[in-house]
Amino acid sequence: MKAFFAKKRLGAAAVIAAAALALSACGGGSGDAGASGSGADAGSGPSFAVAKDVSLTGSPTFDKIKSSGTVRVGVKQDQPGLGFKDAATGEYTGFDIEIAEWVAASLGVAKDKIEFKPIPSASRESAITNGDIDYYVGTYSITDKRKQLIDFAGPYFVTGQGLLVKKDNTTIKSEKDLAGKNVCSATGSTPIQNIKANFPDTKTTEFDTYSKCIEALRGGQVDAVTTDQAILIGYAAQEPDTFKVVGEPFTTEKYGVGLPKGDTALRTFINKMFTDGSDTWTKIYNDTLGKSGTKVEQPKVDQY
Amino acid sequence: MTSILFDAPGPRARSRNVVLSVVTALVVLAIIGFIILRFTESGQFTAAKWKIFTFPLVQQTIVSSIGVTLQAFAAAAVGSLLFGVILAFGRLSDHRWISLPCYWVTELLRAVPVLIMMMILYYGLPPLGVHGITPFTAVVVALIAYNGSVLAEVFRAGIESLPKGQKEAGFAIGLSKGKVQRLILLPQAVRAMLPVIIAQLVVILKDTALGFIITFNEILFQANYFGTQAQYGSPVLPALMVAGATYIVLCLLLSGIAKWLEWRLRRGPKSLKTATPINLDMGAGAGLSAGS
Amino acid sequence: MDTLTENLELFTTGFKNTGILFIVSAFFALILGTVVAAMRVSPVPAMRGAGTLYVNTVRNMPLTVILAFFALGYPKLGLVPVNFITAAIIGLSLYTATYVAEAIRSGINTVPVGQAEAARAIGLPFMQSLTLVILPQAFRSVIPPLFNVFIALLKNTTVAAGFSVLEAGAIRANLSERGFPALTGLLWVALIFVILVIGVLSPLQRYFENKWRVAR
Repeated sequence: MKAFFAKKRLGAAAVIAAAALALSACGGGSGDAGASGSGADAGSGPSFAVAKDVSLTGSPTFDKIKSSGTVRVGVKQDQPGLGFKDAATGEYTGFDIEIAEWVAASLGVAKDKIEFKPIPSASRESAITNGDIDYYVGTYSITDKRKQLIDFAGPYFVTGQGLLVKKDNTTIKSEKDLAGKNVCSATGSTPIQNIKANFPDTKTTEFDTYSKCIEALRGGQVDAVTTDQAILIGYAAQEPDTFKVVGEPFTTEKYGVGLPKGDTALRTFINKMFTDGSDTWTKIYNDTLGKSGTKVEQPKVDQY
Repeated sequence: MTSILFDAPGPRARSRNVVLSVVTALVVLAIIGFIILRFTESGQFTAAKWKIFTFPLVQQTIVSSIGVTLQAFAAAAVGSLLFGVILAFGRLSDHRWISLPCYWVTELLRAVPVLIMMMILYYGLPPLGVHGITPFTAVVVALIAYNGSVLAEVFRAGIESLPKGQKEAGFAIGLSKGKVQRLILLPQAVRAMLPVIIAQLVVILKDTALGFIITFNEILFQANYFGTQAQYGSPVLPALMVAGATYIVLCLLLSGIAKWLEWRLRRGPKSLKTATPINLDMGAGAGLSAGS
Repeated sequence: MDTLTENLELFTTGFKNTGILFIVSAFFALILGTVVAAMRVSPVPAMRGAGTLYVNTVRNMPLTVILAFFALGYPKLGLVPVNFITAAIIGLSLYTATYVAEAIRSGINTVPVGQAEAARAIGLPFMQSLTLVILPQAFRSVIPPLFNVFIALLKNTTVAAGFSVLEAGAIRANLSERGFPALTGLLWVALIFVILVIGVLSPLQRYFENKWRVAR
């Protein structure tokens, strides 16, 4: 059943992608922003040279990938610019998606053998420890608490907590204006923890995904959405007439690739890939997040 | 049944009933009209909000998510019925070392919210080194644990409501205790309790939707995802309407199939007159089936 | 034990909100459910139809969908804004009311026919025979199923955790954020529910059942 749908989807996807592009040409406003993001990346994203005859000893995850020939990657599906799945085309796009494909390619898995699994923040550790996925690439901050359950390769990106408000909001200019406001973030995420711990006068609202927070912000149920600024920039870029990012990042978040605990061989392998592949990294960045014009340096990996 | 509460309406009552009927109808229409008006005014019926559902992939995803829901339902329903029968026989056992644990298991499982059980399975166990628990297994196992224990009580009440003569007659013709339970008591209990069992099956179907909280990929989970696609105008309400309508259709289908089955069983030559009234103590269906 | 003692304020806030959801929703569900039950047995066909429509629609939808509608969908309509706990209470009340209505309706059916006939014989109209004769007796025999409905409601409050209400069901997510083991926290939550259901509500159910048992 699944295989049937997957096959059909691939064929259909190409047709729909074309249709979506055509539609977006005549549809205005927010339709344009989304379609241009997904449309541009759909065909032209950097395609990675798939490594051949990769040998990696002592990695149970790699053995599993090798024997099945496919790789299951946990990603976000609702973060434009980072990890985003277009419901109509089924196409995944964004910085994290490219990173995930890069990792897969260097492990010898071609793009069409990647199975993306959308997994919200709150279930990431469970999905990795359960073995639902081989690795996770989705705005996954490296923290000591998470390291107790899983391992991280990277970091491959550094950002910090920021604030997204409605375009017409003039009262919230930075994190200092949050007292008495209602701020939304994802359950089980680092930012909500920070708000609860360091901003006691701020009310919090929690959903399993950031996109629900965005809807709550649109509906006026919350005053601001807080999470990593990179994510927020993605939302603001998708709907520049509705939302804006305010203030400077007030924390430091390092994104890593989530791996099953104890798979040191795979972690070392991916870290080496990041260190050696700074050209690829820059290309990925310029093709996705860098389109907003910001320049960022690739962080040094942390081989703990 | 209801007609005993009031006399056959006379001319005055009839005209009063007509007036009340019109008023009720107006009130209901006003409420529905207001809802539709609000939906229209806030743009929920515009083509833009529904455009997302015109894509083949979206439709396929909805169909496959219905499949996922039905799979979870089927697995949980079969499992719950089996688990329920086992627990019910356990509780009816003459050995205290069997009946007492079964009693406590039933009581405990009925007291814990299903959602908490799902969370225990999905979030609680993996850090202990238990592998291979997908959202699907967590949903199914939790549903079996809860609904199985509810159904156990239903079966038990059904068996206990049977006339004692049934059991005695079974023993009299030389059947063993297991055979009496399996061949004589259980079939009659199931028939007597069919409405309650069906209500519980509907509960299982609805409760698969709890799975979205532990990221189970079912109908509601997909609806939430579609609803938050900003490039298609964030069709939250259209997506929820689709999900709600889907569930209503599925539940009505299930009830319909069950009613047909019940009708076939009742029509059978062996149908018992005594089987009709449902013992009030076991909740008349409503209470038991309210659990989710 | 550390998980409980070091996060005591989390557990107390969580279960306080569970209590609020439970009591307020139970109150409204009881009122609405009784009204709907009365409508469903009334002599006015349109009222019966309206009651049946409501019960059949809401009962065939998962609670999660109903809560999602009030927490996520309702704000899109541009009406009076409601906070998430109110949204959860509205959803829980509307959902539970259908079960209350069905419990009461089945209770009405258990009241002996003679009672209704006697009420009619002394000339009581429908509303009076319902409120003075039938419902008081029905409520007595309805106590056990009604308690089952409320026990289910208590457990159902956990669903609100998926819609940004900090109640018992949301304790796990908060514990994970603080770096405490999920399992211990969840087992404590489960234990408290067991105590509330087996230790408090069930004995209460038996007490009322015995006290108000209908002598027939």
